[in-house]
Amino acid sequence: MSAELLSILPIAIVGAVLGLDVVSFPQAMISRPIVAATLGGALAGDVTSGLVAGAVLEMIALEMLPVGASRYPEWGTASVVGGAMAAALYTLPGAAVVSIFASIATAWAGGWSMYGLRRLNGLWVRRERDALDAGQPGTVTGLQMRGLAADLARGFLLTFVALLIWIPVASWVLTHWTLGRTPSHVVLATVAAAVAGSAAWRISQGVKLARWCFLGGLVAGIAIMVVRQ
Amino acid sequence: MFTRLLAIQASWNYELMLGPGLGFCIEPALRLLPGGKGGPAYRAALARQSKYFNAQPYFAAVAVGALARAELDGYPPEQIERFRTAMCGPLGSLGDRLVWAGWLPFSALLALLAFGLRADATSVILVFLLVYNAGHIGLRIWGLEAGWRGGLRVASSLGGPLLRRGPAALSRAVMALAGVALPLSVWRVLQGLPVPPVPESEVVRAVGGVAIASAILFAAILGAVLVRLHSRVEGWRVALVVLAVLIIYSVAR
Repeated sequence: MSAELLSILPIAIVGAVLGLDVVSFPQAMISRPIVAATLGGALAGDVTSGLVAGAVLEMIALEMLPVGASRYPEWGTASVVGGAMAAALYTLPGAAVVSIFASIATAWAGGWSMYGLRRLNGLWVRRERDALDAGQPGTVTGLQMRGLAADLARGFLLTFVALLIWIPVASWVLTHWTLGRTPSHVVLATVAAAVAGSAAWRISQGVKLARWCFLGGLVAGIAIMVVRQ
Repeated sequence: MFTRLLAIQASWNYELMLGPGLGFCIEPALRLLPGGKGGPAYRAALARQSKYFNAQPYFAAVAVGALARAELDGYPPEQIERFRTAMCGPLGSLGDRLVWAGWLPFSALLALLAFGLRADATSVILVFLLVYNAGHIGLRIWGLEAGWRGGLRVASSLGGPLLRRGPAALSRAVMALAGVALPLSVWRVLQGLPVPPVPESEVVRAVGGVAIASAILFAAILGAVLVRLHSRVEGWRVALVVLAVLIIYSVAR
């Protein structure tokens, strides 16, 4: 097995574990971008780049409400991919943009993979319907174990395949990158802030005094920035 | 039962949703029924509890405790099934508002605030995980206990002041935190982007005052557009498109 594939393996294993946390077990939110991307960055050799990528992704993911039946981006495995790429490529202009783009695209694919997993769980349930209706001991436990194993495999495969695809794509893109680091990263940061701000606004819609709380927070935040200069 | 609650969604599917997971969580209690594991009472109860059910996963602990108690107290099956169906709505809507739209963004923004205040990676992660899981684990423990104590009369526990006023209070806290955390986080992201990172006092010079002013204006306009179009467009899709355009422009020019 080549060295590149071997280096991806530990990241894929972490992606599998964090992908499991999104829904199946234990939903302790170790799969949130700010945690997952930081871990991905640490595995790839630069925890700070992973943390910065995690903060950007966390702002973008703020609007996602993981309500049961809806389909939503799967940020756990995607953030591991983004954090690892950001850490591996951080010296190159455009690396942060490409890493975040790859992460969001992987999250989108991850959402579809979860849809597929739920359909698979449904297939297993239909096959065991008679046993379920008869209250046979072990049936529900078997279904739960199968679901856990399938979700773990899903997260592993998604992380592994995503890195296999995105690393060479990112390398090619960054070889031909012409835009300066500053304008591209300013766009990245402001898009993330806009998505996060609108998410917070929408979450608090209809709540009395919510907008005043936001303005008060904004004044405090700007004051802190000025004092620190 | 508590440990099993952590995996209640392991077999989530579009047919029965949380049903098999609920049966899995209650199963240890059902072994106490006359006849023990595999007995007629156990099988009937397990079949009943593995049917369709849906709720926010943390609040499902209330249902697990209440239904386990109801089964062991010997309530009629029809009454248990009616109660089960009635619990889906309240446990779903309350949980979604309090946890997914409240506690989760609150904890995430607290972590972003720590990030913006230049905490190191370990501190940022610990802030998020400790705060979030204090609420998460506490809610599951409370739910299981309240359900067990209340049985089929657990609905009164869901009307407490914390649960009634909690979502609105959290929304205000989320907005206040967003106001503080977002500018500080963006500032740290911009500070960290030059390689090597520049001191904070040099960020304006390194990034450029015009760039920062343009960024603020762009963020405000895009944010307003996203709020206006929230039912038709998701922010992450907009971010994906904007970054794709940026990448294509940078490579193609």
